[in-house]
Amino acid sequence: MLVLALDTATPAVTAALHDGARVLAESTTVDARRHGELLAPAVERVLRECDASLRDVTAVVAGAGPGPYTGLRVGLMTASALAATVGVHAYGICTLDAIAFASGRTEPFLVATDARRKEVFWARYGDARTRLDGPRVDRPHDLPGELPVIGAGARIYAETIGPDRVADPEYPSAGALAALAAEHLAGLTPERAAELARVPDGRIDSVEQAIELAVLGPARPIYLRRPDAQIPGAPKKVTA
Amino acid sequence: MSGRDEPIVLGIETSCDETGIGLVRGHTLLANTIASSMEEHARFGGVVPEVASRAHLEAMAPTVESALAKAGLRFSDIDAVAVTAGPGLAGALLVGVAAAKAYSLGLGVPLYGVNHLAAHVAVDQLEHGPLPKPSIALLVSGGHSSLLLVPDVAQDVISLGSTVDDAAGEAFDKVARVLGLPFPGGPHIDRSATSGSGTAIAFPRGKYDDGTFDFSFSGLKTAVARWVEARTAAGETIPVADVAASFQEAVVDVLTRKALQACRRYDVKDLLIGGGVAANSRLRALAQERCDAAGVRLRVPRPGLCTDNGAMVAALGSELIAAGIQPSTLDIPADSSLPITTVNV
Ligand SMILES: [Zn+2]
Repeated sequence: MLVLALDTATPAVTAALHDGARVLAESTTVDARRHGELLAPAVERVLRECDASLRDVTAVVAGAGPGPYTGLRVGLMTASALAATVGVHAYGICTLDAIAFASGRTEPFLVATDARRKEVFWARYGDARTRLDGPRVDRPHDLPGELPVIGAGARIYAETIGPDRVADPEYPSAGALAALAAEHLAGLTPERAAELARVPDGRIDSVEQAIELAVLGPARPIYLRRPDAQIPGAPKKVTA
Repeated sequence: MSGRDEPIVLGIETSCDETGIGLVRGHTLLANTIASSMEEHARFGGVVPEVASRAHLEAMAPTVESALAKAGLRFSDIDAVAVTAGPGLAGALLVGVAAAKAYSLGLGVPLYGVNHLAAHVAVDQLEHGPLPKPSIALLVSGGHSSLLLVPDVAQDVISLGSTVDDAAGEAFDKVARVLGLPFPGGPHIDRSATSGSGTAIAFPRGKYDDGTFDFSFSGLKTAVARWVEARTAAGETIPVADVAASFQEAVVDVLTRKALQACRRYDVKDLLIGGGVAANSRLRALAQERCDAAGVRLRVPRPGLCTDNGAMVAALGSELIAAGIQPSTLDIPADSSLPITTVNV
């Protein structure tokens, strides 16, 4: 097994290779505005670092968000196009699940990332592998109280949620994403693997659909917000 | 290089609402497949960037697959990938650029990030053969109105002028709305105008004799709205066909007049018209008439190659390869305001 994982759902642009037992190489660059420029070179770099070829990759996994959409799409588009050229499946994993997994926590906690517009994307976990609620998008002061909060959203809104609740990690790591994917891919029948990767019609843009997501699913984005657009009324008069 | 030895180029276009995938070999078109999100934008009366970006991500893989199937090719047959790097909607461009980089990396073939406007020029070679050097190009669409001097589409494109306010296609959309015609306005105005008179109403022609090659359509758009409002306020019926025809005449009069002035000024005998508005029947007719009178040869690609498409991007990629231009690196940005003087990035 050789899993190529990448995530662009947060300011961190991250790529990693995992052989089913361990992370072979990983690259992380934090730059919220240059996902499109940084990702492909990062993929090239991790491949070169472990002397691997894309031909050796058996699955491609991308963080499916939720996250700022412009950057998020770079990762998912890259994963799906790379997978197509190699002839393997592309999968998506909720980015918050990957952050949760990386924490290794055994007690309940929240993951929160920056959703911009003074909101956070968040989810509640029973432990590192178990999402209980979310992903959702809300204002930081609407987060459920008391539980520790990991992810960059915790740091940005430390004042609101209480500084003592802030915990690591701050960003997702592609290594953790790959490890989580490897765990789920191990032992899948080819039929089940294909079924999980199949992209259904339509977009995930309701909270209900997003919450129902399996950990490993198709490489498509979790949006949680509808596009900002107004249906216009009658044309404005130009004469007073 | 010629015939079967020429490289097969995959072209990707996502600068606006069309996910365009083209496959060309040299000057031969192999496939030109388009998925449009226009229907989703129609109720908003214009292209909504986030809606377009979402649609590009969904449409990319199926559109590439269907282009390959149409051409009878496999991924492994692709020798190079070309993509629109700008200008256009930033988020929309980014989806196409990410896809192109991944295809390039995954297939181990060179990447060419290209200028959307230059691609509109290069595409005509798929239909009418090599472009005379130099040519004048008039590019008119909902997103751009530009007059270009093109010594060599692969490496030297000079901007003579462009719109100072609305793009020509945008003016069509806005006037259509005033007249109660659906979005996008171009085809509806064109159709309605066939039963009207282009000389019924004397609408203003912005920058008509200002000695530049720039355009302005905002004043015209406002004049039409004002004219319609005045008649409506007086309880009169609006002669939609006459308004459409007279508005259209004002637009194409300025466009063709300036294009031919440019031909004369630079002593160029070949004029190319591209972009979505090039599908306008009156623009084609008047351009032909004026070119004939001036001894200028007119080239207009068929409508499917005029509107945004992937074949035009592949066609320019093909030109760049033939000219021995260096490929792009994997860290190129999508540049929403890429200047026309930058043919490739
Ligand atoms: Zn265009």
